[in-house]
Amino acid sequence: MERPIDVELVDVTKVFDSGVVAVDRVSLQIYQGEFFSLLGPSGCGKTTTLRMIAGFEHPTSGEVRIEGRPMGHTPPFRRNVNTVFQNYALFPHMTVFENVAFGLRMKRVPRDEIVRRVREALQLVRLSGFEERYPRQLSGGQQQRVALARALVNRPRVLLLDEPLGALDLKLRKEMQLELKHLQMTVGITFIYVTHDQEEALTMSDRIAVMNAGRVLQVGTPVEIYERPTSRFVADFIGESNFLPGRVVDVDRDVATVLVAGERPVRVRIETPVAAGQPVTVAIRPEKIRVTPVEAPEANGFLSGRVEEVIYIGTDTFYVVRIDDHTTLRVRSQNDRNRLDGGQLLPVGTSVTVGWAEDAARLLLD
Amino acid sequence: MTAQAAVTTSTRRPVRRRISTGWTLLWLNVFLTFVFLYAPIIVMSIFSFNASRQMQVWMGFTLDWYVRMLHDERVRVAAENSLIIALVSTAVSTVIGTLTALALERTRFRVKSLYEGAMYLPIIVPEIVMAIALLVFFNLTFQGLDQLFGLRLNFGLGTITIAHIAFSFPFVAVVVRARLADFDRTLEQAAQDLGANDWQTFRYITLPLLMPGIIAGALLAFTLSIDDFVITFFNAGVGSTTLPLEIYGRVRRGITPDVNALSTVLLLASMLLVLSSLALQRRRSS
Amino acid sequence: MAIVEQIGPSERAVTWRERLGDAVRQREGLRALLLAGPGGAWLLFFFLLPTAIVFAYSFARRGPYGTVDWTFTLENYVRFFDWLYIRVFLVSVWLALLTTLICLLIGYPFAFVIARSPRRWRNALLVLVLIPFWTNFLVRTYAIMLLLRSDGLINNALQWLGLIDRPLTMLFTPFAVVLGLVYGYLPFMILPIYASIEKFDFTLVEAAQDLGANTWQVFWRVLLPLTLPGVLAGSILVFIPSVGAFVTPDLLGGGKVVMIANLINQQFLTVRHWPFGSAVSFVLMAIVLAATMLYFRIGETRRI
Repeated sequence: MERPIDVELVDVTKVFDSGVVAVDRVSLQIYQGEFFSLLGPSGCGKTTTLRMIAGFEHPTSGEVRIEGRPMGHTPPFRRNVNTVFQNYALFPHMTVFENVAFGLRMKRVPRDEIVRRVREALQLVRLSGFEERYPRQLSGGQQQRVALARALVNRPRVLLLDEPLGALDLKLRKEMQLELKHLQMTVGITFIYVTHDQEEALTMSDRIAVMNAGRVLQVGTPVEIYERPTSRFVADFIGESNFLPGRVVDVDRDVATVLVAGERPVRVRIETPVAAGQPVTVAIRPEKIRVTPVEAPEANGFLSGRVEEVIYIGTDTFYVVRIDDHTTLRVRSQNDRNRLDGGQLLPVGTSVTVGWAEDAARLLLD
Repeated sequence: MTAQAAVTTSTRRPVRRRISTGWTLLWLNVFLTFVFLYAPIIVMSIFSFNASRQMQVWMGFTLDWYVRMLHDERVRVAAENSLIIALVSTAVSTVIGTLTALALERTRFRVKSLYEGAMYLPIIVPEIVMAIALLVFFNLTFQGLDQLFGLRLNFGLGTITIAHIAFSFPFVAVVVRARLADFDRTLEQAAQDLGANDWQTFRYITLPLLMPGIIAGALLAFTLSIDDFVITFFNAGVGSTTLPLEIYGRVRRGITPDVNALSTVLLLASMLLVLSSLALQRRRSS
Repeated sequence: MAIVEQIGPSERAVTWRERLGDAVRQREGLRALLLAGPGGAWLLFFFLLPTAIVFAYSFARRGPYGTVDWTFTLENYVRFFDWLYIRVFLVSVWLALLTTLICLLIGYPFAFVIARSPRRWRNALLVLVLIPFWTNFLVRTYAIMLLLRSDGLINNALQWLGLIDRPLTMLFTPFAVVLGLVYGYLPFMILPIYASIEKFDFTLVEAAQDLGANTWQVFWRVLLPLTLPGVLAGSILVFIPSVGAFVTPDLLGGGKVVMIANLINQQFLTVRHWPFGSAVSFVLMAIVLAATMLYFRIGETRRI
């Protein structure tokens, strides 16, 4: 059964008067009921994309469709989406109740129904009893929840959130991340969430679109994005990666052999075909690398090197291993043994071998 | 990083705290300036209660001059006129000024910089220039209307009011515009996002939040109108008089204490208006 | 709360008001016309047009009994070269410059003190400066008259103290006029300078002192240059109204001190030579506009 698509962007481009291309031929399909994130660094176009869905900007070319209907130049007040703004944008001259009730008032919903629904919405965000307060009397977290309630009370098809947790301190942010996720699952409407915090996106999303310089680089579930990045940017922006430039020397069905770091061969599982002689980059995440001293019996890595730095952070130990004059690898080793007694830290200068599973590394073509 | 670093003498002399010669002189300047600014009006107010006709001696407290002023027919007429003109002028200036501020802050059009520059002209140009220009204009217009249509119009409250509007509304525009420039546009976007169309957004969000600025502008326009002399003087014609005109006439004829009383009242009134305007701008400036 | 029921895409009835709003919102030109129109029209009819008429009048002749004879002539502008009238202009510019200088000398230190006061006091001090300013100008000028008269308070006090034998003539002198102008326009000098000093970074002073500058050098070479925008703004804000002042020379000068505005008044109401009066008026406006443009030109080249 096909899932219905709530929001679709078809080859959308936005060029501002200044000539800046904020969004460059972006196509996305966002399914009903999913928590979809737009992730990327500042200036990548994610907020502009969100604003085009909301109706505050119009595409220079391409189409924005909501529930299948092209939006064209439809103004925001005629779209069935609601936005939670980064600065909350609560009306300072209205009480919490009046703020939340605003959208319903504009639609001329009868008075008693307004009261009922506003109470419901405030209950949902755990702010019952705050009806008569003014925004300036609330904390940041409380203001944020009022902004949520104000949007949700209208029962929009899609909720757009523009970095709503940016102004909160770390602990509160983490709490709110979970709250938002649970809220979305409870209420069941589509969330489109903009953030530059990759951990936040990975925590909350059903699917993520990674953006940079106006373009969408990859769309996928958190696991897909993390385990199978398709470009160097994504591999670097999400989590940490080591990058080994090299050349393909051999291709045997779904395994390519690549010469890296001074002509040392490495085998990598591939999904797309490559040709011998092609320059590629091998990307391997620190936690997937095994490092063992050369004398140890279980040493079976295919690259040799020397430990240059040891960084102990309690849960893990980072080793910076020098492979050759130009190349180091960051290796993350979980501290699953007591580092003082049984499982000693490898001292600086140790000769080691490093290796990883064939499907742990990724071959990047850019 | 404190004040004393700025004016204490060179590093060779021991640096004393605030009470250095430089600072004493500076504060003396401030004190004397305040005396200079307030002495004349305070003296005048005090003498408005003087029982003697002459200025030099104090002969006891009295409210006679105020009573005389209240019963003075000319003063009553002048006050009425001033009030009517001020009310009409304020109403129209505020509306036009607000629209102009919106035009400057929220629209773009080709001759906008020219328009903007023109808006500042009534503020920059000396009042006499504008007064004369309007005198000449009205005169010519009245002659023309008389010759063409047999319509006989004359100088009076109407011409005064038109003149007041002409020089007040740019001031209102400046005040409202300052408020608009600081306006949080995301509030309007949020309103539209929640379903308010253009009119509803303006009515429920923009206008209420702009109101303190508009009222401050209105108070300013009112004060300017009540206090105006030069432009009113040249465009009043024979029969009409306003409070400032009345004061001027009496001063020209010779100084009498009832002018003191009238002046003091006018002084207090404008002070009150200005303080309210300031208070309003301060209170809602969040 | 159960899963929210999905309400279908909202199809609100689009009212005629909304249609109008759409039309206005989408047509930038229409919106500009509606908003800028009223102000522009009023300005055009009751300021620009009258000014143009004055300009036209300045090229006309004076007819009998003070009417206007519409023959083109340059005689009004030629008349300026009469010493009588040149003197009026020179006096006006001179008195205005004097006023500006005095306001600067008093106002700069004043603004400095306020800007360096504790934050709580600053607003109060500023308001105290503004209050007399916003009261009726005529009334304030009259109040000065009271003080300066031969039988006024100042003369009485000085005589009572034995400092003088006969009363000083203070009223109806250039001194009185300048005093009145300074009294009226001092806040115009104080406020811009205050704004400038407030933005000034005082660690620069410490840096200069560290490098060996004494107080005067710090002021002349660091503080003043960087607060010059405020000084220039204040100067122009004082000079322009001063050069075109009417009430002050009229009441405090008593006919003995004739400034441009008094000349204009004379020509229009007493002598009834409207064309010449128009010419004078126009020249005044030209002076003012020239001063303004000079200010902007200086402001642009300094660009701090």
